[in-house]
Amino acid sequence: MGIEKELARIYPPDARVTEPVALAAYECDALTAVQQLPLAVVFPETTEQVVATLRLCHEEGVPFVARGSGTSLSGGSVPVPGGIVIALNRMDRILRIDPDDLRAVVQPGVVNARISQAVAPYGLYYAPDPSSQVICTIGGNVAFNSGGAHCLKYGMTSNHVLGLEVVLPGGELVTLGGESLEVAGADLPGLFVGSEGLMGVAVTVTVRLLPRPESIRTVLAAYHSLEAAGDAVARVVGAGLLPGAIEIMDRLAIQAAEAAVHAGYPLDAAALLIVELDGPREEVEADFLRLTEAIRASGAYEIRVARDEAERARIWKGRKSAFSAVGRLSPDYLVQDGVVPRTRLGEALAEIERLSARFGLRVANVFHAGDGNLHPLILYDGREPGALERAEALAGEILRLCLRLEGSITGEHGVGLEKRTYLAEMFGPDDLDAMRRIRLAMDPREVANRGKMFPGEPVGEQVGVGRGPHPLERAGLLSRM
Amino acid sequence: MDTSPSPSGPGVLTPRSVEEARELLMASRPVLARGAGTKWAMADPPSGAWLMDMRQLAGIVEYEPAEFTVTARAGTPLRTLVELLASHGQYLPFDPPFVEAGATVGGAVASALSGPGRLRFGGVRDFVLGIRFLDGEGRLVRGGGKVVKNAAGFDLPKLFCGSRGRLGVIVEVTLKVFPAPRAFGTVVVSLDTVEEAAAALRDLARSPLEPHAVDLVPPEAVAGGWERADRPLAPSASRPPTTLLVRVGGSPDALDAWIGRMEARLGRRGLRLHGEAEAALWVRLRDLRWLPPAWRLIRLHLVPSLLSRAERTLGRLGAVRHYSVAGNVGWAAVPSEADWGELVRALQALGAPAMAMRGAPPGGVWVVAPPGEAFARRVKQALDPGQRFGPL
Ligand SMILES: Cc1cc2nc3c(=O)[nH]c(=O)nc-3n(C[C@H](O)[C@H](O)[C@H](O)COP(=O)(O)OP(=O)(O)OC[C@H]3O[C@@H](n4cnc5c(N)ncnc54)[C@H](O)[C@@H]3O)c2cc1C
Ligand SMILES: Cc1cc2nc3c(=O)[nH]c(=O)nc-3n(C[C@H](O)[C@H](O)[C@H](O)COP(=O)(O)OP(=O)(O)OC[C@H]3O[C@@H](n4cnc5c(N)ncnc54)[C@H](O)[C@@H]3O)c2cc1C
Repeated sequence: MGIEKELARIYPPDARVTEPVALAAYECDALTAVQQLPLAVVFPETTEQVVATLRLCHEEGVPFVARGSGTSLSGGSVPVPGGIVIALNRMDRILRIDPDDLRAVVQPGVVNARISQAVAPYGLYYAPDPSSQVICTIGGNVAFNSGGAHCLKYGMTSNHVLGLEVVLPGGELVTLGGESLEVAGADLPGLFVGSEGLMGVAVTVTVRLLPRPESIRTVLAAYHSLEAAGDAVARVVGAGLLPGAIEIMDRLAIQAAEAAVHAGYPLDAAALLIVELDGPREEVEADFLRLTEAIRASGAYEIRVARDEAERARIWKGRKSAFSAVGRLSPDYLVQDGVVPRTRLGEALAEIERLSARFGLRVANVFHAGDGNLHPLILYDGREPGALERAEALAGEILRLCLRLEGSITGEHGVGLEKRTYLAEMFGPDDLDAMRRIRLAMDPREVANRGKMFPGEPVGEQVGVGRGPHPLERAGLLSRM
Repeated sequence: MDTSPSPSGPGVLTPRSVEEARELLMASRPVLARGAGTKWAMADPPSGAWLMDMRQLAGIVEYEPAEFTVTARAGTPLRTLVELLASHGQYLPFDPPFVEAGATVGGAVASALSGPGRLRFGGVRDFVLGIRFLDGEGRLVRGGGKVVKNAAGFDLPKLFCGSRGRLGVIVEVTLKVFPAPRAFGTVVVSLDTVEEAAAALRDLARSPLEPHAVDLVPPEAVAGGWERADRPLAPSASRPPTTLLVRVGGSPDALDAWIGRMEARLGRRGLRLHGEAEAALWVRLRDLRWLPPAWRLIRLHLVPSLLSRAERTLGRLGAVRHYSVAGNVGWAAVPSEADWGELVRALQALGAPAMAMRGAPPGGVWVVAPPGEAFARRVKQALDPGQRFGPL
């Protein structure tokens, strides 16, 4: 067909895929419940190829989705029906490292963790650290404004992206921001970051680097109840401290992590608190005294302080592997990432426990307590009829709970395909309309990642294998129209 | 209301509620919002614009210290916010300028001006969590949220940072706040040459010592500064910025050792300041009080490695220059309008984005415009299709 011929003009044979068997590798992201075969997958190596591809898509009205490593948990990188996948993994060069300016300029396909590795010889690092950092790409991080354990103190991806080169959906190449810490004029890179692939394709990203903290103190505290761990967070914050990270894991998450990576966590704990201080030696030592006081007063029955880097790494390994470890407890699980005000964490967790009982599904909790960013893992068995639907319904109730508490439906995983219905519960019609107008101004034909993020946006004809209505659709969580 | 819109000509609109702001907005065109509004260089109102004075739309909407968030109406003086936060041991880490002069929350966001202290934790953009604004069609739009972390929808709060009233009228802002350092300390080190000073600045910024501020100023900016904070600079003076200021904040017992290690790294001992004198010095710098008010002033968006080139260019012209935020922001001032031409040409050759803050350079407020014009125009088209707020 026509598009294939046009693509052949832009890409050599080894940089495009159209055979269904090979396309299957791209039919979903880490939200495996939603699948869609693309029309073609292309692997640009240059900005010019991206420009030519987007121009083509615009002219032909063919939708596209940019794709990094496909680790999106919200269906953000699922192919658009009848559309092209632009896989950016071959645009993976670190173009420049400027240690004096504390900047690096990278291509979008660079894997997050590689930046820190590359700049380590200069004593520097790239701060945003999603748990998926060893596979996910900077392009994906930019599109989703990804976070990690250190957001409270260091912010999200957008706080570390200073400049971008972007190909707009019509094929126009634009530069946003620059290299200075201070963006000049309206903050355009700030708007692009987090736009979920709807404003075009980022082809170069200028990131801010930070000096590696000189001193780090990591404390693990065990509690007999989840509430006590939650109260400890309030005490730490109340003491005027600004830790680099404050994480909590509940009993199920502890057990899963322990079984998977033997982090040495106390197995009888109902909840674990991980608090990390980082910074210059003097500051960390002074704060450490206040931190241990606060934790002691919070009723922890066991407190461990990592004595060296190996112990610290072990503590974090348990935490960072918690998602995948939960796979050991259950054949399937869904993960959400709603946010609640930190002072209402206790209330939120109690309600999640109640919902878990009501739906008859186990929920493991691992969360960025310092940010109020929940990560409830809803365990289910996909072979059991109706189990997925129940899990999705429970996930929806948790999102509504976050909204009732004046929080957000996503802290870092994006709205994607999965949560778009809930975006309309979080924002009013005028709010959504303003965003839609910006979207249309950038992409009048709505070819960029069509059907993602905005509720009700037409997804288009479904192509490829007929699967019937997806379970998410039956649950009313998703519609293709 | 002071003035209601009338066909006879523009005046000042003073809404007392969001609803009133919307009505006034719909009846007037063009409109430019303003807060305390003294620096019209930056506001640069479109000709014939109605000014919408936001200061009656003031007040703290929500403050929960344990959340690290505060929500305030746009016209709220920053001073109100700063005092409230201080009473709970918290602060605005982006260190906004002109708190004393009456700057407002909306103006701080719309101008995206941060102070020297933005070095450690980030600028205005890094602390704006949520926004409510009236767009060019009079719709009240909310973006972002009230929690410290949020990735839902387009990041309109960030977009409005630096928007200078051109995209909408901000009516409410939610900011992230942090626990305040219990004390600050500063060391003032005099170096012999600008090159040496610039190298020291880069070295400290790259070090794991994490200073809160690193600025390079001419000796006049500090000379006698803490005893006689109001003494202005003589118009003839333009000595090179060879004085390095390094600020740290934290537990009072930790500061001396921390500063000591800075000095060791610099290989020089300096003058150490604490307490009120220290605070006063930074207010003086942040609010440019040492600079004669009549001087024309430009703000540059630099990177540390551009500092030497910027310095050669500006030094040759005899401009007064202050490099802030470890070389990411430059201030250049010249005594009179007559000096604009050469300065503007020199800055254009330098290429870094530059904006007038006081005075009116030929060609408009942007001496060197930032990139992204095509993208910005599309955003403007979406939010203000009728150009109610004038051109970008
Ligand atoms: C085990 C696991 C743990 C995770 N932990 C975290 C975590 O701690 N924090 C967190 O934030 N996320 C986490 N995630 C989610 C995911 O890793 C992030 O959202 C990540 O940023 C996605 O990167 P990616 O390269 O895989 O992007 P993809 O999944 O390929 O794409 C994600 C989105 O980005 C768009 N996109 C990709 N590249 C570009 C580009 N160059 N230009 C424009 N748009 C583009 C896509 O269109 C899509 O909308 C986790 C995922 C898994 C599987
Ligand atoms: C070099 C310099 C010197 C200055 N000197 C002084 C001084 O001596 N005295 C003084 O009072 N201030 C001074 N200021 C300005 C000011 O105090 C700061 O820039 C402050 O952060 C802006 O706040 P404001 O409320 O005064 O905003 P304004 O000066 O009123 O406005 C700044 C910009 O923001 C826009 N804006 C304001 N409010 C809104 C809103 N609600 N919605 C949308 N857009 C809005 C305006 O249109 C304008 O473009 C100076 C600024 C600079 C850069």
